[in-house]
Amino acid sequence: MMKLSAQVTANTLVYYTFVLTVVVFTFVLHSSAFFSVENWLNIVRQTAPIVVMAIALNVALSAGQLDLSIGAVVALSGLIAALLLPEYGVVIASVVALSLGGAIGAFNGYLSLRLAVPSLIITLGTMVFLNGFVRYLSGLESIPILNKPFLALFGGGSIWGVPTLLLWVLGIAVSVYCVFNYVQLGRHLLATGANVTAARAMGVNTIKVRIIAMSLSGFLAALAGLLYAGRMQSARYTLGESELITVLAAIAIGGCSLLGGKVSIWGTVLGVWLIGILNNGLILSGFSSDVQMMMKGVILIVAVGITFRARKQ
Amino acid sequence: MIRTALDQIALQVVDLHKYFEDSHVLRGISFTANRGEVVALLGDNGAGKSTLVNCLAGKLLPTRGEILINGTKQVINSPIKAQNLGISVVYQDLALIKEMSVVENLFLNREIMHSNTLLNRLGWLDKKAMEMRANKLLRRLGGEGIELQLPVSMLSGGQQQIVALIRAVNAGANIIVMDEPTAALGSEQCNQVIRLIRLLSSQGATIVLISHNLGQVAKLCDRAVVLYQGQTVADIAVKEVTQLELLALMSGKQCDGVSANQFSEYKS
Repeated sequence: MMKLSAQVTANTLVYYTFVLTVVVFTFVLHSSAFFSVENWLNIVRQTAPIVVMAIALNVALSAGQLDLSIGAVVALSGLIAALLLPEYGVVIASVVALSLGGAIGAFNGYLSLRLAVPSLIITLGTMVFLNGFVRYLSGLESIPILNKPFLALFGGGSIWGVPTLLLWVLGIAVSVYCVFNYVQLGRHLLATGANVTAARAMGVNTIKVRIIAMSLSGFLAALAGLLYAGRMQSARYTLGESELITVLAAIAIGGCSLLGGKVSIWGTVLGVWLIGILNNGLILSGFSSDVQMMMKGVILIVAVGITFRARKQ
Repeated sequence: MIRTALDQIALQVVDLHKYFEDSHVLRGISFTANRGEVVALLGDNGAGKSTLVNCLAGKLLPTRGEILINGTKQVINSPIKAQNLGISVVYQDLALIKEMSVVENLFLNREIMHSNTLLNRLGWLDKKAMEMRANKLLRRLGGEGIELQLPVSMLSGGQQQIVALIRAVNAGANIIVMDEPTAALGSEQCNQVIRLIRLLSSQGATIVLISHNLGQVAKLCDRAVVLYQGQTVADIAVKEVTQLELLALMSGKQCDGVSANQFSEYKS
């Protein structure tokens, strides 16, 4: 056991767990529909908005910021799009929703730096405020989306058999991966997250970088909101609200540091899929959603525990 | 040492004062440092060394007095301004980002972008060019054996110090202020750093060295500027004074009043 845990580092944890989970469920559920392309594509569709949320949080964390408002931004963006779609069409509705997300992120970043209050607190405030606001805005009703182009773009359709939602997930993951590996902004984000004093001493504009990080996080959360609304063909104030814990658990197991300065885009994607597969497998095995919630809590604690242990060594 | 064309004043500080709310930390600091010179900045704790360094680094604005770089009066109001003027401060903590690789650290905020116009606009990095230049720099400045892709946290203390110095050179610094560069190093690593300091000064860089190791100062430095309670009490060629005399100046006394005991304390 000691030997195994020494080999499983923060970076590789998600791969081992992923394979292990798939193998276990394949055996346990061999008589059910678990091991089928259809089921797996379904998992990919269901988890797509959550993957995008998790990538959003990765971006914020890279610069050492925590963004708890992503769940609320998802709901807001979905609702705004749903409300604007009938009158203004897909372009204006999406652009407004995405810009609003980016602006909320920038506001979070600015406020946190201006007041010198940790982003955790600021975004907690923004989250609760927006949770209230989307309830007010929607009147607790869900708003149906009938706009065909919107549903084709963000919804549950497919292109040559590949779900559009999967294309979105891969496109966003590849873009963000490139930013962190091949673009100057990525270096500055990570430098700021790892050691803000040193980055500043080298002339990196850490204030600008942190506001950009929060703004990108808000933008991606809003995009997740559009994907959510597209998949559900309606917007509801609860969209994304309960997914924050899934996102945190996925990020922790995916190898992204919750303390900043380190991201793991593919680990995060796999982390969300892993939780999706666990949910799916548990449902097929006859467990209820109560068990799924408990499991997410356990994953979060175990993953963070292993990450911190690896860091100490 | 023979000096001819190199004898130009790179850095000149004239009657520098710094008041904080309730204290007067710098009370008239004046000294010069020439191109290619290694100048020791000496003084006891509280003599004003850190405040002076922070003024040079653009972290603090002096209340009164002038700083001249290559003969021109400058207001150094930000770290970026200091960098643009060719001043680089290598702090004791080195300000390296330990999680990032050597080459990433060397080029932080000095990244070489891709030559393609579109990619350049996006801020796309030219990793190969950076690696090549980093390799060249390391070879030229005695950093062979430092693995470029390794995170800085995996390097020895001496190698980290060398990376910090090379980064300063790469940032275009020709006035390098170093805070106790060898204090935490073993003797072999210490020698490596000293070799690099000598090499840089021979190539025309001006080095301002803060050190408590008077033996090292005597070996490495051309001149010593001694601060006492925020004032310059001496600006002298190291060869012309004994370590004992330097110590006396640092404690604000005349050299006669220093006992051998106090000296041995410093030597350790």
